[in-house]
Parts: sequence; structure tokens; C-alpha cells
Amino acid sequence: MSIEVKNIVKTFDAFKALNDVSLKVETGELIALLGPSGSGKTTLLRIIAGLESADSGEILFYGKDASDKKIKDRNVGFVFQHYALFRHMTVFDNIAFGLRVQAKRVRLSDDKIKAKVKDLLSLVQLDWVGDRYPSQLSGGQRQRIALARALAIEPKVLLLDEPFGSLDAQVRKELRQWLRRFHDELQITSLFVTHDQEEALEVADRVVVMNKGKVEQIGTPQEVYHKPASVFVLNFLGNVNIFQGRVIDGKLYLGNNQAKLPQDAKSNIKSANLYIRPHQFDISRTSQGDNAIKATVKFLNLAGSSVKIDLSAESGNILQVEITQQEFSKLQLIKGESVFVCPKDITFCEYEI
Amino acid sequence: MSLARTESPIVRRTLIGIALFYLILFIFLPLFIVFATALEKGIAYYFNSLTDVDTVAAIKLTVITALIAVPLNLVFGVAASWAIAKFDFRGKNILLTLIDVPLSVSPVISGLIFVLLFGLQGVFGPWLREHGWRIIFAPPAIIIATIFVTFPMVARELIPVMKAQGNDEEEAAITLGASGWKTFWYITLPNIKWGLLYGVILCNARAMGEFGAVSVVSGHIRGLTNTLPLQIEILYNDYNFTAAFAAASLLAFLALFTLVIKSLVEFRFRAELKALRKERSH
Repeated sequence: MSIEVKNIVKTFDAFKALNDVSLKVETGELIALLGPSGSGKTTLLRIIAGLESADSGEILFYGKDASDKKIKDRNVGFVFQHYALFRHMTVFDNIAFGLRVQAKRVRLSDDKIKAKVKDLLSLVQLDWVGDRYPSQLSGGQRQRIALARALAIEPKVLLLDEPFGSLDAQVRKELRQWLRRFHDELQITSLFVTHDQEEALEVADRVVVMNKGKVEQIGTPQEVYHKPASVFVLNFLGNVNIFQGRVIDGKLYLGNNQAKLPQDAKSNIKSANLYIRPHQFDISRTSQGDNAIKATVKFLNLAGSSVKIDLSAESGNILQVEITQQEFSKLQLIKGESVFVCPKDITFCEYEI
Repeated sequence: MSLARTESPIVRRTLIGIALFYLILFIFLPLFIVFATALEKGIAYYFNSLTDVDTVAAIKLTVITALIAVPLNLVFGVAASWAIAKFDFRGKNILLTLIDVPLSVSPVISGLIFVLLFGLQGVFGPWLREHGWRIIFAPPAIIIATIFVTFPMVARELIPVMKAQGNDEEEAAITLGASGWKTFWYITLPNIKWGLLYGVILCNARAMGEFGAVSVVSGHIRGLTNTLPLQIEILYNDYNFTAAFAAASLLAFLALFTLVIKSLVEFRFRAELKALRKERSH
């Protein structure tokens, strides 16, 4: 089912949780709502589910207005951040709940409910826990049971609020890959809320980056990472180095260094902020042209697929640079040594006139 | 042994000794005297005093009062704590404070309020007399005063329990298609049942044992408007000590019974609270 959110506004007392938010989710997509806490992402999810109502704006399901539809009739599955499993019921009864509370004329027979719950349990690969209580399960298991419970009512849309928020790093990684495969199998339109950029970039088809109740950018993981629409998106999606430069006679100066002004820059600007991701640098022992920055190696982190290096530039700025292990083994950098850092590319520029 | 328990044996024994002495002096001794005095003229006399017409009438009135006050306060308590714990609304703090009023006001004043409202010189007095209704110095006033005095008991037990549990499970039930009533019946009620039982037990104990408020509105008409605590006072004032203590032993039994059930419930409740805490820390 496609979902369209149009100009949603929601205020709590004086706090504007959502300020004119619009977005469209196509059938079968997996969308991440990404943002820091307080950005309104959970509120948006709850409004789509019908757990909150918007002050103004529209929610369209399949092109039809659903703003006045009750939660029941929206046919959405909701997975809560802290699972919200019914603690006094067994796992089996938890999953069966949505089927058992249906009106008598549409309710499945007990046998059919039993068969369906068993299917769902094997779908989430937890066949053996049916008789247990939620408190007897691990966090990851509870999350999967919460998912099975939401799927029992065959929702057209699946909404997940910080689905991996309270899990250990290891379980988190496993479960989010599992969710991706799971989604590819079921093809159900899904939205999930997260504050973890890695999670959003790894799992989602498209990412909605939110900040202070507004949508900053909507795009594929690649788009939002490499072509951020704002400084906020740029900062939120990964480490970045900031260079403040002055423009004199059409030339950009970063401290004592001179740099090429990006082509899209207008002629009348006075200063520019350049944002460069750690992997967009070359390091060498000899100066490579006049935009190379002289810096001292301060810290080396060799663990991981790339080598993370902190350097302190002559101007006193700390630079974060990432190079491949191969490059590093060629260079054999030592702490305290002086090198030249040269930007290969620029992610984002901000100009002042 | 942990550092916190390194006091010398003398200190420990002294502390335990003081506690025991207190318990014996203020709890066991009075309880023993109640039963000893009640039974001092033999078991036959004991049962005779309990089957005295006026005492039986007092027991009946006490039971009827509790049977009306407790269910009403149960409904009120669940509704009030539901509203306070699960919703945000204007005047929530005022409602919270109002619920505590009967606990902070002297029971005598609680009784007096109703005399001033329903008594002959009271606000509704003339109107009630016109229609031939008698409330003060009659069972209705006793029931009303008891309801007033005991209405915080259930709500006060439930509010913390409901607050701790939050709205998540109810919201989950609603997204799964459950109606408001089904959500309450299948999700909320099972989650609060131990707190609810505990509140009802306390409410019942207070309803049956209330003296002050009931004494003001009762009129002390023998066989008609005396509850058990009032009957005990009358018997005592008549120098009928054995009968007074026999009736008192019933209330003492009720107290002991309440304590036993309370400990059992607390025991069960504690296990659940532990599980709840464990769940949170995951």
C-alpha cells in the first residue's frame, strides 16, 4: 500500500513536533525515518498509525484520506520500541491476540488461529518459544515476537519504532540484516524509525532525514550520504571536516593554503565553508600542490577495514582522515610525524556573500 | 560478609531487641488481651455475646456497608487511577490532591461534613425531610461516610502500578484491533490485578473498622445504626467488657486475616515487580 503524508503539523503544548511534513512511500518500499531525538520521527510514525492525531494535514493510504480512520481500520502493524509484549500472556497468546479480538463474524476458528500462530513463529525462526513468557526471552527474541504479533493481522503497512534501539550492538547488526531479507521476502510497505545513521543507510531503500520537526532530505542512502541537501544531513550521516575559507579575488584561502574554488560558486562570495569527509583525503610525505595542508599525526586507529588518523594542522585544527589499510602499509605512518594532507574532493560547500 | 554489615554483634542484638520489645508491647500484648478477655468467661459465653441481637445487627450493618462501599470505591479507584496514570488533562494534579483529602482530614470532620450536608439544619436537610428521606442517624449516612473515608484506598494502590506500566501494552492491543473495552479487560486488568486486590483488601479493612466518621453520623441507635466498632464502644461503656472484647476479637480476626492476605499478595506482587524490573533493565 502506498502512503502519502501531506503537510502534517503537530504541536505538543508549545513544542512544534512536526512542522509541515510531507512525504510519499511507494508500495513495497522500506523507508527509514532518520533523525536525532526530538526530531519528530516517532511522532510522525504514530500519526501514520493513528496513535496520535495531527493538528492539520492529511494522511493518504492508497490515495484515499485516512485521517479520520480508526486505528483498527487502517490495517497497520506497529512494532514498539520496547516491544510492548503482553507480559501476562505466553508468546503464543501474544501472537494470537490480534486474531482473537476480531469481531465474531470475521474471526478465524481456533484451529486456524493455532496454525497461523505456528506459521508466524517459524517465520521469525522461533518455533520453540510458544509456551514461554516474554520475560523468559532475550531482547532480540522479543523483538522478533513483537514483529510476528504485528504481522498476525496481515497489515498492509508495517511501522517499526526504533526496532533495534534497545539491543546489543551485535544482535542489532544481525537483526537489521534479517529485517532487510525479511522485507524482501514479504514485500510489505514498511517504515522504521531510527537515530542510527549506519542502520538507516544499510537497511533502507530510501532515507527520510528529519530535524526539528522538518524533513531535511529524502533520498536513497547513496544520495543522502554523497549529496547531502544541508549541513545538518551532512553532519548527521557521518564524520566531516570543516574548513573555513576566505575568498579574495576569486581565490579561496584556507589559512595559509590556497584552494580551488568549486565551479558552482558565484563570483561575489566573500567566504566559504568546505565540508570534506575523512575518506576524501590523500596523505603523502611530500607536498602535492598548493592545496596540501601540513599536519602532524596525532592518533592512529588501525582496527577496522580502514585506518582512522587524527592529525593536527598548522592552523591548530584537528583533521580526521581515513585511508585504506593498503595505503597505510605503503606509507607506514608513525605518530608525531609531519605529513601533507590533500583533499581529493569536497562533499558540501556553504557560501556567504 | 559485606561492609555494610560489619556492626558488632552487640549493636545488632540491641537493635533487634528494641524492635522485638516494641512489637511485644504494642502489638502482641494488646492482641493477646483482646482474645484473653473475650474468652475469659468461657467459649459458650463468647459465642453468646456474639449472637446477641444488637451485636448481630451491628455485624450485619458493617457487612452491608462494606459490601456497598468497597465495590463503589473499586470502580471509582480504577476509573480515577486510569485517568491519572494514562491520560494528560487539565486539573490532573487537583484530582490527585482531592483523592488524598479523606486521608489528611480527621475522620470526625469527615463525618461532620455529612451532618452539615444532610442533617436537619443542613444544606439538603429541609428538602430531604419534605420528601420523607432520612439520611443522618440512619444507615445511608453510615454508608456515605464510609465511602468517603475509604475512597482513596484503591486509587492510591493502583496509580503507581499503572504509572509504572505505561501505555505501551494498551497501545499495542489497540493497533492489533482490540476495542477499548477488550483492551481494558484482557490487557489492563490482568496487569493490575495484584495491586487491585491489595487495594480492595485495605479498603475493606478500613470500611469495616472505621469509627470516627461513622460515629458522628450514626446516632448510636442500638440494633439499628451501630456498626461493629460503635457496638464495641457501647458494650464497653456498659461495663460489659467480655462482650465488648468478644466483638473486638472479630475485628482483630479481620485485621489478622487482612494481614495474612496482604503478605501473600505482596509476596506474589513482589515476584511480578521483580520480573518487571528485570524486563526494564534488559
